Amino acid sequence: MEIFELVFSLAQSTLRFTPILIFAAMAGVFSERAGIIDIGLEGKLLIGAFVSATVAHYAGFGLVGLFAAMAVCMVFGWLHGLATITFRGDHVISGLAINFLAVGLTKTIGHSLFAKGGDTPNLAGPDSTGWERLQSLIPKQVLIDAFPGLESNKALLNVLSLHGWLIALAFIAVVLTWFVLNQTRFGLRLRFVGEEPQAVDTAGASVVAYRFAAVTIAGALCGIGGAYLSTSNIASFTPKMSADMGYLALAAVVFGKWRPFYAMLGCLLFGLLFALKNRLNSVNEGFLVQIPGQLFEALPYVLVVVVLAGFVGSARAPKAIGRPYVKERE
Amino acid sequence: MREIAIELSGISKSFGPVQANKEINLSVESGTIHGIVGENGAGKSTLMSILYGFYMPDEGSMRVFGEPLDFNSSEKAIEAGIGMVHQHFMLGEPFTVLENIILGAEGGFMLSGAMRHARETLLDLSERYGLTVNPDAVISSLPVGVQQRVEILKALYRGAKVLILDEPTGVLTPQEADALFDILRSLKEQGTTILLITHKLHEIMDVTDRVSVIRRGEMVGHREIAQTSPEELAEMMVGRKVLLEVDKTPAQPRGTALSVSGLNLVDDRGVQRLTNVSFEVKAGEIFGVAGVSGNGQAQLLEVLSGMEAPTSGTITIGGEPLGRTPNEVRLQSMGHVPEDRQHMGLVTAFPAWESGILGFQASALYCDRGAMKTGLIKEEMGRLMEKFDVRPPNPLLGTAKFSGGNQQKIVLAREIDKAPDVLLVGQPTRGVDIGAIEFIHRQIIAMRDAGTAILLVSVELEEVLSLSDRVVAMFDGYCSDAHVTADMDERSLGLLMAGEFDRTQTGGMAA
Repeated sequence: MEIFELVFSLAQSTLRFTPILIFAAMAGVFSERAGIIDIGLEGKLLIGAFVSATVAHYAGFGLVGLFAAMAVCMVFGWLHGLATITFRGDHVISGLAINFLAVGLTKTIGHSLFAKGGDTPNLAGPDSTGWERLQSLIPKQVLIDAFPGLESNKALLNVLSLHGWLIALAFIAVVLTWFVLNQTRFGLRLRFVGEEPQAVDTAGASVVAYRFAAVTIAGALCGIGGAYLSTSNIASFTPKMSADMGYLALAAVVFGKWRPFYAMLGCLLFGLLFALKNRLNSVNEGFLVQIPGQLFEALPYVLVVVVLAGFVGSARAPKAIGRPYVKERE
Repeated sequence: MREIAIELSGISKSFGPVQANKEINLSVESGTIHGIVGENGAGKSTLMSILYGFYMPDEGSMRVFGEPLDFNSSEKAIEAGIGMVHQHFMLGEPFTVLENIILGAEGGFMLSGAMRHARETLLDLSERYGLTVNPDAVISSLPVGVQQRVEILKALYRGAKVLILDEPTGVLTPQEADALFDILRSLKEQGTTILLITHKLHEIMDVTDRVSVIRRGEMVGHREIAQTSPEELAEMMVGRKVLLEVDKTPAQPRGTALSVSGLNLVDDRGVQRLTNVSFEVKAGEIFGVAGVSGNGQAQLLEVLSGMEAPTSGTITIGGEPLGRTPNEVRLQSMGHVPEDRQHMGLVTAFPAWESGILGFQASALYCDRGAMKTGLIKEEMGRLMEKFDVRPPNPLLGTAKFSGGNQQKIVLAREIDKAPDVLLVGQPTRGVDIGAIEFIHRQIIAMRDAGTAILLVSVELEEVLSLSDRVVAMFDGYCSDAHVTADMDERSLGLLMAGEFDRTQTGGMAA
């Protein structure tokens, strides 16, 4: 069944791409629902990827890398908050600055540490313990050493080692985002902060605090997304590896009209487009006419534009998005 | 003597060099409706924001039901039983009534409990005060009057014993306003204290028990309603005698100057904004267009001034078809005083002399082969500003530095000075002081008497009734038949504004 295999491999490939988009998109949902335009998703993903690969290399533990990535990305979230919330700067400019910083900092620091043109060392090196990567929560080698019989039973081994747990976490993050936004006091106030900040202020809560909370959560989620990118999906960091996925995630947020489940659908769609691109590139050889590879490379981005233009006609952003909150005088 | 619900003493507050409140004293008896009147910018809203903990006063103290209350904390104010209905509603439009009501009073981390509790309380409040509203309705789908009820419910849900309403009727039809006053009376009967801030004297006379008058940040006096009159209050507000009635002779209308027939407008989003609007404005008359804001008046002005092309219909000015751009229309001797002077009438970042020639910058009057005659323009503006009583009459001053009334006079001066055949006037006195209103009204009437056809769009019912010679009302993009204003009163015009007219007719052609 060739068609079945094709579908299966496409689905698998989609699943591998999507978590990056989902983590970033949920970060975008939190941030933008609170009224902060977060074009810096891209930069935070990249920073998260770099920090997690680097720390995992030195520490020998992927989880430590993950937490370090979350922490550093939160700091960059606060930087964005400082610029946009405290100093009421322009959200897009601040986000762009973070993106530029991310590209430059990761490459420079990476090169000075490892002298490989910005790449970090491969985490699954010859003397790997298996704890450096985030693919499985418990390294397979550890399980096999403990229970030698497992080596032949791939399926059971995958289950026991919680293989792909970060992929699952991405989908759990969607449910959590929905829950927090719609079922909790925190979420209600957060949504009001992005829509009618004065209402929150007059209700006796701090707009600034909620906006900072939002950029903090966004930072943490980007950190996880970045960690998945460099330490789970593959085993090292390379410069600019985020490849505009932060922007795509932002597009998915708009596509999903700022709602978590719809944004997730957007991520899956864009993830599928990426999977298709890679698939088409690899079967290109078989076609009668050679199609330039660049065409396939551009395909997802072009389709994103088409999808956004065609489907999202009446998207309505949170009313107070991009606007600093100032108590007005009469 | 009743208990004192709110007592303010010696409240002062400045914003930079502007003293918004100066040593204000106020005491409000519980279970009464207390009015606060003053001109726009007199400091009413600042005072209420201080009361509500939104601003910190520079000096002064406050007691609520005898207990001293700290300033600068809305939370504490809410706790002390103060609820506020702001002039601009603070409602999240895409959210439901229930979500808006529980905001800030959720009672716990999870929402479901709060929702259940709010639903029950809401039902109870609805029954007690006649405040009916569907808890699951989304705010943006509700009419303004109902949105205001949600604001009141929000305050009551938090246990407000004192309710402050800031200019509550600005956005309501007269019928909605009456309904609001009924609610306020029933709240009062059940012991709620109400502070009503307004600049409309008839509301004060209608519904309040006592009134305090504020002028330029200072409290000028308190009166029992039974022992005062609108004339006395107006004088206290302005500091001099004010003519509340507009003084004008009957119109001497001549030929048709502006004719509109079968006008339709569908906007970019596919919404029908104007439906089959037809009317004629004669030279030498003021033709009033009444209506609650947002019923198509803005679109009508945009079409008539050439800013927007109608989807269908014909407009003629002096017998010729209307030009297609604002510039062409201007050349057909049409003046336009836009509704929103800050955005459409002036460039607030420019000095007055530049704002004063907007639209005429290319005319030979001010421009010689592409070079502005700056010296001449400044001189000319100085003369105009004297003539129209703009204060200060300094053409070099930034437009933003003038008060609302004086900005409006700059726009009027610019348009009226060109002696157009047709003048479109949108909300001429929005945000303008009583003193300036008088002046602006006199100018408009003088234009009429000089033979100009004037189309006056205003949401102020009294203004339309007192200024215009004939009047129509707009509702949801439809325009009623024209009526002779002398035959109309607030009630009958209010009904038209609420859409109580035959919308199958072409409309506007009678009388």
